[in-house]
Amino acid sequence: MSATMMKESDLSLRIRDALWASVVAGLIGLPLLGLTTRDGMHGLQVETRWPQLAAFIAIAFAGRFVLQTVMHRFKIAPKRRASTRPAPGVVDKGALAWLGAGCVAFAVLLPALFAGNRYVVDTATTVLIYVMLGWGLNVVVGLAGLLDLGYVAFYAVGAYTYGLLSTHFGFGFWQALPVAGALAALFGMVLGYPTLRLRGDYLAIVTLGFGEIIRLVLVNWGDLTGGPNGISSIPKPTFFGLPMAASGEGATFASVFGIDYTPGQRVVFLYYLILGLALLTSLLVNRLRRLPVGRAWEAVREDEIACKAMGINVTNVKLSAFATGAMLAGFAGVFFAARQGFISPESFTFPESATILAIVVLGGMGSQLGVVFAASVLVVLPELGRDFSEYRMLAFGVAMVLIMIVRPGGLISHRRATVNVPSEAKQ
Amino acid sequence: MTIDRPLLRVENLTMQFGGLRAIENLSMHAYAAQVTSVIGPNGAGKTTFFNCLTGFYRPTRGALTLSHPRRGELRLDAMRSVNVARTAQVVRTFQNIRLFPRMTVLENLMVAQHNTLQEASRFSIAGALNLASYRRASEQAIDNALTWLGRLGVRDVAEKAAGDMPYGVQRRVEIARAMCAGPILLCLDEPAAGMNPRESAELTALLRSLAKEQGIGILLIEHDMSVVMKVSDHIVVLNHGKKIAEGCPAGIKSNPDVISAYLGEDDDSSSDELMPHERSAHA
Repeated sequence: MSATMMKESDLSLRIRDALWASVVAGLIGLPLLGLTTRDGMHGLQVETRWPQLAAFIAIAFAGRFVLQTVMHRFKIAPKRRASTRPAPGVVDKGALAWLGAGCVAFAVLLPALFAGNRYVVDTATTVLIYVMLGWGLNVVVGLAGLLDLGYVAFYAVGAYTYGLLSTHFGFGFWQALPVAGALAALFGMVLGYPTLRLRGDYLAIVTLGFGEIIRLVLVNWGDLTGGPNGISSIPKPTFFGLPMAASGEGATFASVFGIDYTPGQRVVFLYYLILGLALLTSLLVNRLRRLPVGRAWEAVREDEIACKAMGINVTNVKLSAFATGAMLAGFAGVFFAARQGFISPESFTFPESATILAIVVLGGMGSQLGVVFAASVLVVLPELGRDFSEYRMLAFGVAMVLIMIVRPGGLISHRRATVNVPSEAKQ
Repeated sequence: MTIDRPLLRVENLTMQFGGLRAIENLSMHAYAAQVTSVIGPNGAGKTTFFNCLTGFYRPTRGALTLSHPRRGELRLDAMRSVNVARTAQVVRTFQNIRLFPRMTVLENLMVAQHNTLQEASRFSIAGALNLASYRRASEQAIDNALTWLGRLGVRDVAEKAAGDMPYGVQRRVEIARAMCAGPILLCLDEPAAGMNPRESAELTALLRSLAKEQGIGILLIEHDMSVVMKVSDHIVVLNHGKKIAEGCPAGIKSNPDVISAYLGEDDDSSSDELMPHERSAHA
């Protein structure tokens, strides 16, 4: 008896909820769907489309009702009531280490698995660029807790450094790499310095501004950067001095190794190059995290005042985080320029920063493996969506919202301790 | 142990926030190997005093001088908080615990040894290459941390996230962390708050032994009179930012000014449910 009453009240609740949704749908739909303009005899005429609007409201009602019913049926409670989620446990899961090793193995074997499929290898290269950028930004956002919305600026610095050094001074990829990294790190510190006293939203806005400033400089300083036209014919990276090209003058990769040249070789070479860079990045960040500087990054994220009371120079810690993150973006930028052969300010707009940040947030702040998955999702999803490209951003948004509902801490939100009690000290 | 010179000299310290004078003309001394308590009703200016001392506030007037055994006379009032901790080795804890909540307890204590380790890691280069010199320093730091955790009786939680620990454990971890930073003057802001009687009795014994064994000065803000009376060598009583009494525990207990200051402002005990301890000066 009481059970049926409960059900009935639930039903009426759901109906009321769905009615409310349809009211909202009606309000939104009225100007969007209900009214339309058409070229008439006397200029623009406003027409109404009541049937469509009614259908829209009905869909909203039904959709909301079904959603609520399903959630009720499968006991999925809306999670927003838990206002504070528990701190992620500090556990060392061997499973994640295996997963990581599996990812590396897959990445190494990928060109063989998809031999001849240039598109897959190309896309994987793009994924790896974003993985590298995500790992770099992870240092700034995930570890040091500094919300940086202008990260793409350092990517641009790296790319333009290589572009300019190679076209004007004949620098090769490997020569330009350290220079670009150092320059980007310098930019990181210079742009980081004014933001030291800022936190959270304010920091985000200022870094956003800096990102735009760099882009505007690139657009407007035409003499140096070529303005909106960018820099073209940037040389490709070489394999220890051997170019990846059809046999021309001098030795090439193909002629030295006595194989026939195919354009696919260069794609695979670029893929392994970025894979190597990404793995180096991973090693570096992993190592830094376990060093005093890395722990200080996390400590600054946790509590700046306590850091000061422990005698930690917060300025230096933050600047080192900005510099490290920027340097990694600089490396990625060099690779990007070398791969594309052409760069322009178009490639370094705000949405790029937003994508990288989304990768870090979706992946789980501070988690390297999470970044890999998030980068794969965010790069591959738009690729899959090419056929229905109008809905690409919609799908993108839905995916983001879903992940945030299901896993608010990111795909992998657990944190590994940087130091353990030595086994002989455990009683 | 002969005490020739005070470790800390506070002279005419005044701290003004707009129209509010939080501390007025405070002068006092604190000695090495002694526990000096600063007590007083809520709002008496005790934590403000700590904030001035540790470089978080710049005093309006007055001088805070530390006689460092190796570095000579240091003016704390002119130092930034980082250097107060690093150069002057004055380390503090906080009234509302400030651990690094998502890091493990052990990591918290490693962060406290940041400057030593950072030096050993030589701009992270020796550290990144895992050279023997860095490895040794790192092992020593872990050892040191575990020793302090052991002394405070919280060694078994070394690998747990600090923020997940109960209140009393967090308090003790914070003291262990402060000790890892190698203080010569340790400033504890209500370390016994939230501890049960047994825990605070242990804390009392610990603080006594810290002062005597390590020879460090301890400056203590505390509301729990049972702790204050047992642990202190010297007590300074503040009320409305002014020093109203000073002396040994027995003298303070019977001081009529102190009793009236406490009894007159008895109402503050409801301000914080997390600190269920005695407010009476007669304890």
